[in-house]
Amino acid sequence: METGTLANALIGGGLIGLSSAGMLLLTGKVSGISGILYGLLINEKGQRAWKFSFVLGMVTAGLLLTWLYPPAFLDSPMRRLPTFIAAGVLIGFGARLGGGCTSGHGICGVSRLSARSITAALAWVISGALVLWITKTMAES
Amino acid sequence: MKNLIAFAAGLVFAAGLGISGLTRPDVILGFLDFTGDWNPVMLVVMAAGSLVYGLAWRVKQKTPVLGGTFPNPKPSPPDLRMITGSVVFGAGWGLAGVCPGPSVTLLGNPSLEGLAFFASMLGGMFMFRMAEQPKPGAARSSAVQCT
Repeated sequence: METGTLANALIGGGLIGLSSAGMLLLTGKVSGISGILYGLLINEKGQRAWKFSFVLGMVTAGLLLTWLYPPAFLDSPMRRLPTFIAAGVLIGFGARLGGGCTSGHGICGVSRLSARSITAALAWVISGALVLWITKTMAES
Repeated sequence: MKNLIAFAAGLVFAAGLGISGLTRPDVILGFLDFTGDWNPVMLVVMAAGSLVYGLAWRVKQKTPVLGGTFPNPKPSPPDLRMITGSVVFGAGWGLAGVCPGPSVTLLGNPSLEGLAFFASMLGGMFMFRMAEQPKPGAARSSAVQCT
């Protein structure tokens, strides 16, 4: 990995950790993205304001990145539209059934050496790697 | 105040995603591409993020600065339901290389595919909700069960 890419990864990861740490220490909230979205979806009482604010912050960052740091985004999609739709459904359903996604289990849980989160992470990675391998193999044939 | 902090936190979080490249499906798929050109960025990001977060857990006081309580769920062992969900999540991940965080960030860089993914993700969550009709009186929480 080039030093530039490594530096970006470390800085980015640090910011993600900082954000999650800040939320935890200041407000006691765990910034698991799937939980934040789900809470907004089901109109969870008492949680909507901060969750909406968080999402707004993320989208704002997205806009700023578009303007200031275009390499954050691909120019054109890697997959076709139906694939994104199928993937979205799987991610949404799977994140809730699994009790969290890469931000919740990945950052929060794994950092605390939670067996639950480590298992979740392994499950995602094995499943994901397999699906990718199948996708690649099918594309070649 | 809490909402201002949440906004700032969301901003910083998504900035981290963008700077590290996790908003790019090729970076995520590269991490899953063990038989091909493996890209370790995701691992580095997770390690750095977990380290910083872990430190926070160590230095935290009795209560959050703005009041309230820290989450303290009973540690529970992995179960079939959680594993099944994770496998499903992983499948979606391996298909498109997008997960919830990048998906929200991508709303700031809109594309048809990104919007379709986001809508479908909400749809998937909604399906889960429908399948999970709660019993009357049962506690419902969207909090992540990360212990």
